[in-house]
Amino acid sequence: MDKSVDLVEKVEKSKTYLGFWIYIMTDCVLFASLFAVYAVLHHNTNGGPSGQSLFSMPYALAETLILLTSSFTSGLSMIAARNNHRSKVIFWLVVTFLLGSTFLYLELHEFNHLVQTGDSWRVSGFLSSYFTLVGTHGLHIFVGLLWMTILTLVVMKRGLTKGSVKGLTLLNIFWHFLDVIWIFIFSVVYLMGHVGL
Amino acid sequence: MYIFAGILGLLNIDAFKHDLIQYFGVAAMTLTAGFVVLALTYFKKWKWLFSEWLTSLDPKRIGVMYIAVAVLMLVKAGTDAGMMRLQQSISVGSNQGFLKPSHYQQVFSAHGTTMIFFAAMGLMFGLINIGVPLLIGSRDVAFPFLNSVSFWLFVAGMLLLNTSLAIGDFSGAGWLAYPPLSELQFSPSTGVDYWIWSLQIAGIGSLLSGINFIVTIIKNRTKGMSLMKMPMFVWSVFGSMTLVIFAFPILTVTITLLYLDRLLGMHFFTGAGGGNPMMYVNLIWAWGHPEVYILILPAFGIFSEIVATFSRKRLFGYTSMVWAIWAIVLLSFTVWLHHFFTMGSGADVNGFFGIMTMIIAIPTGVKIFNWLFTMFRGRIKFASPMIWFMGFIILFSIGGVAGVLLAVPPADFQLNNSLFLVAHFHSMIVSGVLFGYFAGLTYWFPKIYGFSLKDEIGKYAAYFWIVGFIVAFVPLYILGIMGATRRMNHYSSNLGFQSLFIVAGIGVLIIGAGLFIQVIQVASSIRDRKKLQDKTGDPWNGRTLEWSVSSPAPSYNFAILPVVKERDQFWNEKQNQSHKSHNKFKDFYMPKNSYLGLVIAFFAFSLGFAAVWHILWLFIFGLVGVIAVIIIRSLNENRELLVTFNDLSKADQLAIRNEQ
Amino acid sequence: MKKIKVIFLTVIPLLVIYISYLYLRTVNFAILNPKGQVASKEKDIILFAMMLSLFVLIPVFIMLVVFAIRYNEKNLKAKYSPNFDHSKIFESIWWGIPTILIIILSIVTWQSSHSLDPYKPISSSKAPLNIQVVSMNWKWLFIYPDSQVAAVNDLTIPINTPVNLEMTSDAPMNQLWIPQLAGQIMCMPGMVTHLNLIGNTAGTYRGVSSNISGKGFAGMTFNAHVVKDSEYKNWISHARKSPNVLNLKGYQELNVPSEYVPATYYSYASPDLFSYIYNKYMSPANDNMNVGMSY
Repeated sequence: MDKSVDLVEKVEKSKTYLGFWIYIMTDCVLFASLFAVYAVLHHNTNGGPSGQSLFSMPYALAETLILLTSSFTSGLSMIAARNNHRSKVIFWLVVTFLLGSTFLYLELHEFNHLVQTGDSWRVSGFLSSYFTLVGTHGLHIFVGLLWMTILTLVVMKRGLTKGSVKGLTLLNIFWHFLDVIWIFIFSVVYLMGHVGL
Repeated sequence: MYIFAGILGLLNIDAFKHDLIQYFGVAAMTLTAGFVVLALTYFKKWKWLFSEWLTSLDPKRIGVMYIAVAVLMLVKAGTDAGMMRLQQSISVGSNQGFLKPSHYQQVFSAHGTTMIFFAAMGLMFGLINIGVPLLIGSRDVAFPFLNSVSFWLFVAGMLLLNTSLAIGDFSGAGWLAYPPLSELQFSPSTGVDYWIWSLQIAGIGSLLSGINFIVTIIKNRTKGMSLMKMPMFVWSVFGSMTLVIFAFPILTVTITLLYLDRLLGMHFFTGAGGGNPMMYVNLIWAWGHPEVYILILPAFGIFSEIVATFSRKRLFGYTSMVWAIWAIVLLSFTVWLHHFFTMGSGADVNGFFGIMTMIIAIPTGVKIFNWLFTMFRGRIKFASPMIWFMGFIILFSIGGVAGVLLAVPPADFQLNNSLFLVAHFHSMIVSGVLFGYFAGLTYWFPKIYGFSLKDEIGKYAAYFWIVGFIVAFVPLYILGIMGATRRMNHYSSNLGFQSLFIVAGIGVLIIGAGLFIQVIQVASSIRDRKKLQDKTGDPWNGRTLEWSVSSPAPSYNFAILPVVKERDQFWNEKQNQSHKSHNKFKDFYMPKNSYLGLVIAFFAFSLGFAAVWHILWLFIFGLVGVIAVIIIRSLNENRELLVTFNDLSKADQLAIRNEQ
Repeated sequence: MKKIKVIFLTVIPLLVIYISYLYLRTVNFAILNPKGQVASKEKDIILFAMMLSLFVLIPVFIMLVVFAIRYNEKNLKAKYSPNFDHSKIFESIWWGIPTILIIILSIVTWQSSHSLDPYKPISSSKAPLNIQVVSMNWKWLFIYPDSQVAAVNDLTIPINTPVNLEMTSDAPMNQLWIPQLAGQIMCMPGMVTHLNLIGNTAGTYRGVSSNISGKGFAGMTFNAHVVKDSEYKNWISHARKSPNVLNLKGYQELNVPSEYVPATYYSYASPDLFSYIYNKYMSPANDNMNVGMSY
């Protein structure tokens, strides 16, 4: 048990940990730029629909709760790693993966619906920036899910080694980060859009 | 909608049709590449190239490769400059010159893009790779494999840009591709897409290097080297890389959005449809201004090392210099609007940004005074690095004054986008960035290769560059004040511009001669390398840690990691003749070579090419390939090699035996 | 040998400067030769800022040359203090004096950014003349709403009259520049920018676009004519005699790519034309390709 806590603490002192946090910061700047673009363009509806007419709050809320829960379960997998419980780690990773995939499916479903009804990214600056901001987050989620898959397989095959614990720690940071970004998206895009700001 | 159409996408035979000059360019590139391939085959050096260089994770090797690519790109973009000068010397009145307008516009767009992203950034990353680990007493950077990936992405971006000469065409919208001109409606060819993707790929490489070097500086410093004992070059890299990690994501987003406009019909920056071209201008300069400070700060750092070393004196005002670097880093994010005072943002906004821009002049000036006072009461040896420095002070200060002028909005209203502006930024980049990196190359050359460059020839190169620059750019300052705008491929004969353009053209020829002299310098020094051998490892009587190891430096830099107690410790030990008490030698790990960097570049290039020509299968191939390489590397737990006493260089083994 | 070097290094630059001076006397330094109040004030700012910067530039050059010569290793008489690396006095001077200079310049910057704001109308006893400007591929259209005439590549204005240019673009971003009258302002599609200027000396002044807008960009030159009131009235009547009419159809005929267009006149310019031009970028576009021209 001490061995795994040691491993986690070693990761946190390592160069990779620092480097990854700096990468997360660059990703922050990336999303900040997308938010800035959204802020400038979200009223440019070009005669087409605005957020208020398009966004369904229950839907967005469901997506949010699913993603938040997945962040929680991801944290549980980290705790299991600290306690050196390999099977629990795998279990919670799988649950996180399922929740994350559901989130992604819901998002793609919404995108598809919008495109089918003619409200695609080609219609206006608003829709371009909406699809791109939310879509970039979705792309990050997809990468996270891919990472999760590989990591789960590694833990299954090699157990909780230095390498896999490092990967788990970093994935957790990434996944929580995406959750934080989503909260901003939910607030700025869906909530403010729904209220007409 | 023609997003991804067919197996070859948008590629057809027309993409290969060019005018005579472009064919000549393609031929020149192909012949150069072919010559290199032939030489490698004839001398049976492929294996050597592959195992010693292409797959090496030694930052010194990676640094040399960056510099080699950068110099090639410098020559190519310099040729572009020559073509521009020639066109503008003859294209007056009834003469339309030898370049069609659309071709001329591609030439200056390629000139700017190549110089900034591949020549300047390449020289910078090359010297950072060579200098930083050695100066902080480390054996490598924090993430050696990532370092290789950064380099190979740089190469992939470079190859993509150069492919545009042979297949398709390049952007004609300037080095920053403002919309609406760069949107599909006004730039229907694949040129702008080439611009977007070569920058995108190279930009990711730069971002990864930014992360890499920050962690290196924070984590890899040798024992006892606190931050305030680091050499100034390392501080300047720290500042520059901080700018990289904040600025490059903005570039990534901005050019992606432009690509989405062009590919998917989105409306970020289109004139109609709810787009906002001004948003692009803001975003691109929010990256673009920090970018120029990214380039200049390491050059400042090199000058700090050089002035102190060649004046045989401590760098004046170390603490002040550190503060100046961070003031510049912070301020460079608050000035971007000065690039578009004329976009009509209003007096309050213009005034604010004008004042912020002027404030940046203060820490920059502080650095200049500190260098001058390092010279004061020193004992200066005017080797060629100092000649570069002298040229830098003169030309950079003049350019800086022009900059302060341009920072006043009403003055900028007259001078914006004129040749005065062009002369200003070339003054800063050529005399600051280029001269600094040229000086750095001369300075560190012996450490990498084990022999010095012939300094007398180097001095002549510097003189030619300095004089050439004056002859080439003073006419441009004058032309700007005469009301000449930039990027013109033709102008009327009654304006009195032509004589000045001709003089500027002669200046470019003088600069070209300077570059040629540098090539002669290297070739001649290689030929006489035995005579020029650096036997002590300390050819300049240096101050910092890299001069304490043999030349050429072994791949692991230090057999025993130094312990630092003070700044300029190596110099002090020499002055005091104090005995370096070493720790005992311990076996250590070094990273194994890896060919995966090359593989990622191959896939990245495929992805970029596919994105330009809308070839879906190739895009997926490239994407899957990049992801696969990342996964494969991450699963590899066997990345290091143990280095024991017997693996050390003979010189190091001897030194350790003598100590013990 | 050294004497020859010194002669070489001082005489040749002086000779070059003298020859340049002889040539430059003959050219028109447009920015330093303003013919309008706005350009004139902008020139004053430029010269002031340049003079102020000399306070830093000249000491730097002097120190560079003096230190390089005096502390050259070959000069054995100079004092050598290898550890002299800090001085509070010196630091105060070179943080302090540039700061003071920048403060002075900042005050000038703030004040002049407001007084020379291109959107600010020029105070004058005469009534301002409104002209609408459209940058097109690759020419300039000037619409005179008060007289309902229009001209391409000819901006004729009466002397000593404040002119309010209202500008947009039906092309990529351009930038209007008449160096002897006023500084530059961007023209952007779907947006309206303003430039206030005034011509105080009669004459013909060169105008260009200074932001690249495509392959015909260099052919976007025009002439600005500052003329007496009577001549201005003649110019209007001359324009009214033109067979060309700038209604929507006339505009669409004009709106095909062309460069180096000679001065053309329109006897009638529709009063709705300017707002039509910038509004078409703001109303729903069917497709990127629909707006503007194809080529």
